[in-house]
Amino acid sequence: MSNAFSKVKIPYLLLLPGFLFLFTFFILPIVNLAQTSTQTPIVGGDTGQYEQTLHFSNYVTAFTENKEQFARSFVFALCATILALAIAYPLAYAIAFKAGKLKNFLLVLVVAPFFVSFLLRTIAWKQILGEEGFVVPTLRSIGIISESTTLTSTSFAVVMGMTYNFLPFMTLPLYASLERIDPRTMEASGDLYANGITTFRKVTLPLSLPGVVAGTLLTFIPAAGDYVNAAILGSPNTKMIGNVIESRYFKIVDYPTASALSFTLMAAILILVTVYIRKAGTEELV
Amino acid sequence: MNKQKDATIPTIPFNALVSRWFGRNLIRIYAVLGFTYLFIPVLYTFAFSFNDSGKSNLVWKGFTLDNWRNPCGAPEVCTALGNSIKIGLLATIFSTILGTMIAFAIGRYAFKGRSSSNLLIFLPMATPEIVLGASLLSLFLVFHINPGFWPTVIAHVMFCISFVVVTVKARIASLDPRLEQAAMDLYANEFATFRRVTLPLVAPGIAGAALLAFSLSFDDFIITNFNSGTLKTFPEFVYTSAARGIPAQANVIGSAMFILALFIVIAGQFVGRRVKVSK
Repeated sequence: MSNAFSKVKIPYLLLLPGFLFLFTFFILPIVNLAQTSTQTPIVGGDTGQYEQTLHFSNYVTAFTENKEQFARSFVFALCATILALAIAYPLAYAIAFKAGKLKNFLLVLVVAPFFVSFLLRTIAWKQILGEEGFVVPTLRSIGIISESTTLTSTSFAVVMGMTYNFLPFMTLPLYASLERIDPRTMEASGDLYANGITTFRKVTLPLSLPGVVAGTLLTFIPAAGDYVNAAILGSPNTKMIGNVIESRYFKIVDYPTASALSFTLMAAILILVTVYIRKAGTEELV
Repeated sequence: MNKQKDATIPTIPFNALVSRWFGRNLIRIYAVLGFTYLFIPVLYTFAFSFNDSGKSNLVWKGFTLDNWRNPCGAPEVCTALGNSIKIGLLATIFSTILGTMIAFAIGRYAFKGRSSSNLLIFLPMATPEIVLGASLLSLFLVFHINPGFWPTVIAHVMFCISFVVVTVKARIASLDPRLEQAAMDLYANEFATFRRVTLPLVAPGIAGAALLAFSLSFDDFIITNFNSGTLKTFPEFVYTSAARGIPAQANVIGSAMFILALFIVIAGQFVGRRVKVSK
């Protein structure tokens, strides 16, 4: 009897240390964030002193002042996600079905660039696309872009940088779900007189949908909160919400507004993710 | 009809042949383009690690091996690298232990609260890094803990745990339960079964999770930036020196890490293959 009782306890004992850790350093900070977001500056106090007032005014000001950056974050993240899907799907497809013996090698190649620190790679893009790089002069000489056009400090550069940096998060889940597809299902579709496009649309794509959902989520979420690409490859005109939060913390020392912004960002992403998972109908992901 | 078509292949116009070749190899051409895109900045970083650049590594000035001979030549570069390695190792050890325990609980047992446990593991991955970093910093400030080395380690353990759980859980799920049953049939008790059968089978998953945790920790910038205070990790060093132009030594370290990681992965695949063969 006591043995059975202790057996019931085993999973909880295994969970305990990790969950205590996550509770203290993940849940508690989020609760604290919510609390800080409803503080207001003490009247007549020093900069950086706040009192708990439970006012939601921070949210109103945070949102109205930064509507543009919020919108830009979601548009940029969406563009980067769609681009990454467009690049990663054929890549994952080629590795899963066309690579033969090279499969493992190519899989290593997909991940390999990400062993070089992502900041080094982002700065490399900045220099490649910059005035001293080889891309801009070449494009100018063949007349694709005009003399005054630059590639860095543009929305294009920011979206391209994010697409690049989050590409493995798209490729790996896509590959995992494509690789699991039994090639015989595709052959069967062909035997039933479906052409290549129909087979893809009716068989391959639906079967790889869990990978598409996982990949788009793993790309969209970090992209929406990112500020490094915008800081390195963008300009003050391409600021995202991450840049605003970062400067509220470090330059302006306005913790309540920064917390309100962070909390809004998190809530917006969680709502979007929940709706998206419901729509896509793959709840087993969570 | 078909036969006749085949017979006329040699006389098909060149254009048609080209377009047919493209049609057949479209996916391969696309893959080559994709890999080119992936590797352009890597090659750039590697090439500029040999640049005889002086202070600012922006323009190609000539080939030299000096940067590789003296990777610590630029001020702070190796201190930052040392910090990153120390933080990475500590974060890897703690997150792998905690994450593996959780993975066994969720992967092996049916218990009340299992689905909410899954949710708790999923949430940190669904939260943007900036929110994780900023909220943790606020907590440290409330408790008057100064940002620095240990707060950074804690932050890294926190975001690595979920990735460890997911990786190890996948490995546990792929185990054949009959192997454990066989061990029990051969009079191994639960502990012996775990130690001699389950653990060795799950070990590659745990090793993979540890590698993942280390690379996530080593490359993290956003969460680190919030919690490291005056301490500088390697990514932070690169970020702050970006304005002045990063020294070529940073490219050397980036390239060396790339080669090392590639070596580990390839060696791992070889070991994996040998284990499979010897079975």
